[in-house]
Amino acid sequence: MAPFAPTGPDKQLWQRLDRAHTEATTPLARDEVAAIVHEIIANMAGDVSATDLKLYNELEALARYIQHAKAEIAAINPDDIRSNHIPTATDELDAVVGATEKATNTIMDGCDVIGGLAAQVPPEIGQKLTEVVTGIYEACNFQDVTGQRITKVVRALKHIESKIDALVVAFGEQVGASAPTPSTQPLAAAPGAAAGGDPDGYLLHGPSLPGQAIDQDEIDRLLASFD
Amino acid sequence: MKILVVDDYATMRRIVRNLLSQIGYTDVDEAGDGVTALQKMREAKYGLVISDWNMEPMTGLQLLKEIRADVKLNATPFIMVTAESKTENVIAAKQAGVNNYIVKPFNAETLKMKIHAVLGG
Repeated sequence: MAPFAPTGPDKQLWQRLDRAHTEATTPLARDEVAAIVHEIIANMAGDVSATDLKLYNELEALARYIQHAKAEIAAINPDDIRSNHIPTATDELDAVVGATEKATNTIMDGCDVIGGLAAQVPPEIGQKLTEVVTGIYEACNFQDVTGQRITKVVRALKHIESKIDALVVAFGEQVGASAPTPSTQPLAAAPGAAAGGDPDGYLLHGPSLPGQAIDQDEIDRLLASFD
Repeated sequence: MKILVVDDYATMRRIVRNLLSQIGYTDVDEAGDGVTALQKMREAKYGLVISDWNMEPMTGLQLLKEIRADVKLNATPFIMVTAESKTENVIAAKQAGVNNYIVKPFNAETLKMKIHAVLGG
């Protein structure tokens, strides 16, 4: 194995300590060694250039910026957006498509009945009924178009979700679930906000998704049970 | 004349079927996807295909190309129906051999005009 051969400041330090050992009559005290080290470090300052110092400052500022960004991202709680808000939004939009589809079919069922009656009434009335029914069928086009638009929005939300996933992976656990959940923070600004701070409280959370609530028959039975 | 309506959306098939009925076409059959449409076309003769573009796994454009590539089916008139009216889509459909193109939402009169334009009625 090659003998240890210090270079630069290390070499300086070893030479200085060797000389001190040679000159000293007794082993060096801790204070004496510390003084030598301080002296060498003080001399090292001359080896750091202005460019190096600027670079160190830039790196330090960059590190602070990244730390600040991580703190801000953690504050918006991306994990909550990914695991709660986006799935909820997509479920709600899917429910919109389902509900409008059901309503459209109910409307068309009605049109079929009216169309059948059109043949049983005087021709001029029957003709008018047929025209009205045709107009309703035409209007029902909206369901397919809005459905496709909503599907696009759902796709965009899923894209955002994948980007948030990547963000969480890139920044690590500290931007995950550690931050407080925004949805649980008091937000009293909305008029009529319910107790507990839910800004949508006055909406009674809107229509429930299928399977997440009881239906009218169950509500009626429940109310009747109090009588 | 028998018309085949192809759309993966049952509600839309019903709308088109009803509008066709309103304008006098009552012999209408339906397919929920392109593969089923091809099967039906190989089993029965259709005078016209009215197909949605956005379908999975076979899009309306792919269905059109399959039909045009089949010597027994390639003379069947084909009307594309879509909610997206991008120029490049219309061009792609035309290059694939579409006979006409209807943008949703549409009314009975538009449907009638397009059918007459395709069939020469």
